[in-house]
Amino acid sequence: MTDVPQIVTSRWDVLDGHTLDGYKASGSYEGYAGLRRALEMAPAAVMDEVRAATVLGRGGAGFPAGTKWGFAPAEVWPRYLVVNGDESEPGTYKDRILMERDPHQLIEGCLIAAYAIGCAQVFLYVRGEMAHAQERIAAALNEAYAANLVGKNILGTDFSVDIVLHWGAGAYIVGEETALIESLEGNRGMPRLKPPFFPAAKGLYMAPTIVNNVETLSNLPWLLVNGAAAYRELGSETSPGTRLVAVSGHVKNPGVFEVPQGTTTYRELFYDDRYGGGIRDDNRLKAFIPGGASAPWFFEEQVDLPLEARPVGAAGSMLGSGAIVVMDETTDIVRACLRIVRFFARESCGKCTPCREGTTWEEKILQRIVDGNGRPSDLELLLDVADNISPGPYPVAAFPEEGLEAVPYPPRQTTICPLGPSSVAPITSAIRRFRGDFEALITRRDPIPVAVVDGAVAAAPSEEVHA
Amino acid sequence: MARFTPENEALAREIVARYPVPKSATIPLCHLAQQQDGHLTEEAMVHVAELVGVTPAEVLGTASFYEMFKRRPVGQYVVNVCTNISCQLLGGEELLEHASEVLGIPPGSTTPDGMFTLEDVECIAACTEAPACQVNYRYFHRVSHDDFDRLVGELRSGARDDVPQHGTLGKIRQDLPPERLANVTPPALQSKPVWIRRHEEMAAAADGADTGGAS
Repeated sequence: MTDVPQIVTSRWDVLDGHTLDGYKASGSYEGYAGLRRALEMAPAAVMDEVRAATVLGRGGAGFPAGTKWGFAPAEVWPRYLVVNGDESEPGTYKDRILMERDPHQLIEGCLIAAYAIGCAQVFLYVRGEMAHAQERIAAALNEAYAANLVGKNILGTDFSVDIVLHWGAGAYIVGEETALIESLEGNRGMPRLKPPFFPAAKGLYMAPTIVNNVETLSNLPWLLVNGAAAYRELGSETSPGTRLVAVSGHVKNPGVFEVPQGTTTYRELFYDDRYGGGIRDDNRLKAFIPGGASAPWFFEEQVDLPLEARPVGAAGSMLGSGAIVVMDETTDIVRACLRIVRFFARESCGKCTPCREGTTWEEKILQRIVDGNGRPSDLELLLDVADNISPGPYPVAAFPEEGLEAVPYPPRQTTICPLGPSSVAPITSAIRRFRGDFEALITRRDPIPVAVVDGAVAAAPSEEVHA
Repeated sequence: MARFTPENEALAREIVARYPVPKSATIPLCHLAQQQDGHLTEEAMVHVAELVGVTPAEVLGTASFYEMFKRRPVGQYVVNVCTNISCQLLGGEELLEHASEVLGIPPGSTTPDGMFTLEDVECIAACTEAPACQVNYRYFHRVSHDDFDRLVGELRSGARDDVPQHGTLGKIRQDLPPERLANVTPPALQSKPVWIRRHEEMAAAADGADTGGAS
């Protein structure tokens, strides 16, 4: 990986990169030099530097961090910084490595952000299931407090801030920023209705709150050391810097790679020996998910797209959290579709009816198709249920063979957060492209309201018709 | 045991003090209770409620939302096998089936000897290392059926001291006694941070000097 620029991964292979000494002595920049540089600048100048670099949010939405910070209303105090380390989008594996292998980088990023925004406190929310990441961050925070890098009068200045490590307890939806805030307040992790209030205006304890992803903040130390101009030299004009992608599924060499944003294509990620190294057994590519389970699927025609929000969005999907899942020609598409839908059904928080009921029905219908009990009307029924969660047309990739155009991202939604609408992505993607795979499993006729009992025709209770 | 031991209660109070609003400590304290007892008991939830100043029902309301909180006893080792998309593509469902056969229980249940609980879980962020599983939230990557059998054998014989008992998450905790906290007060008592004020005043003074020079 020598010719690949390393902004956030430079200590991944350093044995003691997670310790304070290791952090200072290794990597692509000197540990805590970024914080020192920030402390010499005015907070507003630090914010300008981050804004000039255009650090796109790495959690999924891709919103520039500097702009987000600027949304905190003027003269409203206190302000809080909440770090979203609740990585759980299926296919996503990057924040956990960042937390396990380079916790000081994240802590330094938090400090730079807290200094620029003027935060009273930082809460570092780590997913509950990640015990090792919790240990590494706790140990790093203990070292940093002892070295006067966190806490009162940091490095002898008047900048004081506490970073509190907080553990989640197992809920995908808590990755949504308002649900994360609810969870941090000690409540059930259910998203808040917005508008009227976005977290930057009224978030944690109804105070201005900036929620940033782990990877986003991990970019800041390098950025402060090397400057916005150096950052902008990497990647493309509209997507500067690098980003982490996890290439999983049917590639020869699955892995997490730091690649230039905006210029790297999916073809490189799948076939280049530096990355995926080709499809497993040299099979043909059947489909791929470009940005986590919530993203509509892509196919052979889209492999030359770059990792850039606009073209990917126009083609019908999203970059999301950099989670790329590759499915080769042997993949059972219907089962894959069911598995993703089951995930959303299980993780629906239950607040909005279209999602709570809709995802459950989607799962039930797909399950009976997989079990061989599907009905000819089921595909239309499935699309109809989906339409109630996300009124169509739903974003989907073009299908040139059938003369079908792409529907651009994002989807519309009848719910507070995008979880429910995300469950529609695999359904519309798979049915449009592989309708035959579904139909092949559907061998029964639509039921008629009679049942055969011991060879005799009897009136069936109406309940059973829909069971 | 059910309520916090004196030692854990002291730790619980220290954790509560880190938050501007005590209720925020609900989830961390439920984890602490689960670490103490292996699962989250009703008495522990009552004690958590006292410590964070809410009703026991509110603690239950929060705890019941999160799947890591087990309100009934579970096995000494909770085995979570991921079957979500990346793992499914590389044999996660087959691994779960194998685990079910080896342990002799369907997913979602506990072996009669109370040793293992098997769960079919959602993505655990090990997607490029599929198929993956966790035992008491410790990761095992690219797990073959043989690897799984070996792991179960080692857990049975007590040879895996890297896997603590259920309920113990990070073995290293953040050490943050109240006297070391820089600035934890309720939001209503907070004002503009000193370093922001200082830089604003410096900028204003510089502006004033500029204006003075120009006139």
